[in-house]
Amino acid sequence: METSRKLIRKQSLEKLYNQLSATRKVYAPVIADDKQVEFKYNPGFAEVTFEHIRSTLSVKNIAFPKVENLFLYSNGKTESTITDIDLNKIPEVVLWGSHPCDNAAFDALRSIFEWDIKDEFFSKRMEKLVVIGLSCHLSDAYCFCTSVGLAPNSSKGSDILLSPLHNGDYQADILTEKGASIVNSFSELFESTSGEEVVLTTVKQKFDHEKVTSKLNGAFEHPFWVENSLRCIGCGACAYVCPTCACFDIQDETRGKNGKRYRSWDSCGFSMFTLHTSGHNPRNVQSARWRQRIMHKFSYMPDRNQSLGCVGCGRCSSGCPVDMNIAEQLEALQNI
Amino acid sequence: MSENIYKPYLMEIEQIVEETPDVRTFRLKFKNTAEAEKFSFKAGQFGEYSVLGEGESTFCVASPPTRNGYIECTFRKAGRVTKGLANLEVGDTVGFRGPYGNTFPIEEWEGKNLLYIAGGIALPPMRCVIWNTIDLREKYKDITIVYGARSVSDLVYKHELKDWAERPDIKLITTVDPGGQTPDWKGEVGFVPMVLEKAAPSSENAIAILCGPPVMIKFTMPVLKKLGFLDKDIYTTLENRMKCGFGKCGRCNVGKVFVCKDGPVFSYEQILALPEEY
Repeated sequence: METSRKLIRKQSLEKLYNQLSATRKVYAPVIADDKQVEFKYNPGFAEVTFEHIRSTLSVKNIAFPKVENLFLYSNGKTESTITDIDLNKIPEVVLWGSHPCDNAAFDALRSIFEWDIKDEFFSKRMEKLVVIGLSCHLSDAYCFCTSVGLAPNSSKGSDILLSPLHNGDYQADILTEKGASIVNSFSELFESTSGEEVVLTTVKQKFDHEKVTSKLNGAFEHPFWVENSLRCIGCGACAYVCPTCACFDIQDETRGKNGKRYRSWDSCGFSMFTLHTSGHNPRNVQSARWRQRIMHKFSYMPDRNQSLGCVGCGRCSSGCPVDMNIAEQLEALQNI
Repeated sequence: MSENIYKPYLMEIEQIVEETPDVRTFRLKFKNTAEAEKFSFKAGQFGEYSVLGEGESTFCVASPPTRNGYIECTFRKAGRVTKGLANLEVGDTVGFRGPYGNTFPIEEWEGKNLLYIAGGIALPPMRCVIWNTIDLREKYKDITIVYGARSVSDLVYKHELKDWAERPDIKLITTVDPGGQTPDWKGEVGFVPMVLEKAAPSSENAIAILCGPPVMIKFTMPVLKKLGFLDKDIYTTLENRMKCGFGKCGRCNVGKVFVCKDGPVFSYEQILALPEEY
């Protein structure tokens, strides 16, 4: 589809939000009581923030929920039945005001969930998702999107990308059919653009991801992994806040005769992640698990999934309880 | 509604064989005949077996694709799911997802001598390909099976070992670790690598298929090399913890290789190229 560019004034943006919010689920960022930024369903427009750098959690749960039922079962002694989850009941969701890094992350997730055999749980949610992204006019030292091939105004993953103008209005790039369909439904709210310059933050490039990827080939036994993971406590916080981490566990939960098989987020940083029943563990030390995390995102995924597994949002570093900084490590890695 | 890739087939346990005090073989039949008709697999492939309420566990299909209408699995009672499986009886339900993974390249082996070497509970992942090639016996030259276990009671498929021993077209060597023999034990006594070295099967026009605990593999490899087997002519299977079975859950990879997609069957040449993460 040919992309197009429009202008939407601040007051029209509020109208757009309210009209979308009146008819469908809109997932938008708000500043919570504890000052953390979180996404909520259908908050009032006054509550929606346009001034956040990053939400504490990413928005990947829209397409890949923290816990998701795969099917329900009823388990008699000989008569067992399995009931499918009706994926057609997944509602349309408008993701509002998510930043370019988080929106690009959906492509990385897609490269895993739709690799080889298609995971309908993910695909159906993506089908029902419309992303109205917001370019960044703010950033901090943790941001490194420009090191992984993105930018504060990357359009990857957005259906419409809003970019702020000096006067409080927004430039709207209409990038997909889904985006165009929203704009067509509310065409009175959009105007022709005057070509005014957008306000964007500058994110300094810290490393060259292609150089990192090529260095990782052959770096499996490098002492780097031990040296740089000594303080890792294996808490898995990095994976839980990461917008592209897709590793999951599958478990059963039963009450009486009935139960559900569900999947839930998991982390390669956990010591039991690869533990065999025999007691053997192929990644038996934290350094091997830290290596897996970096290798997966910067070597294995580019090779097997044709996608980087990192969008430079900085959450793994800002959320790390022992202050391990991935961008610093990647910067060091390109020079080993 | 599109295909739910996580939904298992419901299978009925048709037969249970107690192989050893803690190892059992289930013969499983599809409850739904349409699913049974659509189902096919090849030697080496695996599946996710489940007890609803306990979860899923990964093992190979232990019966050959040349036997239709059922699949078999052999498991040792070890973790939560296998303990749950062990509590089941004939007529009970087991879930099965699969088949997943690659296969033994048995077409490439046609016209060659086959040497199967297995230790302990590692005979089940090999039983499928053994029977597959025995069922297509005329396509292969000599078939030799070397199988060892800690003790006589730890040998699995005892009834089949007897059949194989009696067949003139199969050479079977069974062995138990020193101290594991019974007074009437007629097989060898000694560890698999030593027994193999003594039997000294020729590597000429031959393929070796090796499955066993890491320590057995470690000491058997030098013997195979001494016998003249090339790395590319030695096959084994890798087993890593899995959840999904199709390259998404993120835990079975060895470097960039997914055991679930690129394996479980690997040549030793391929194994040598992998980082030690298995």
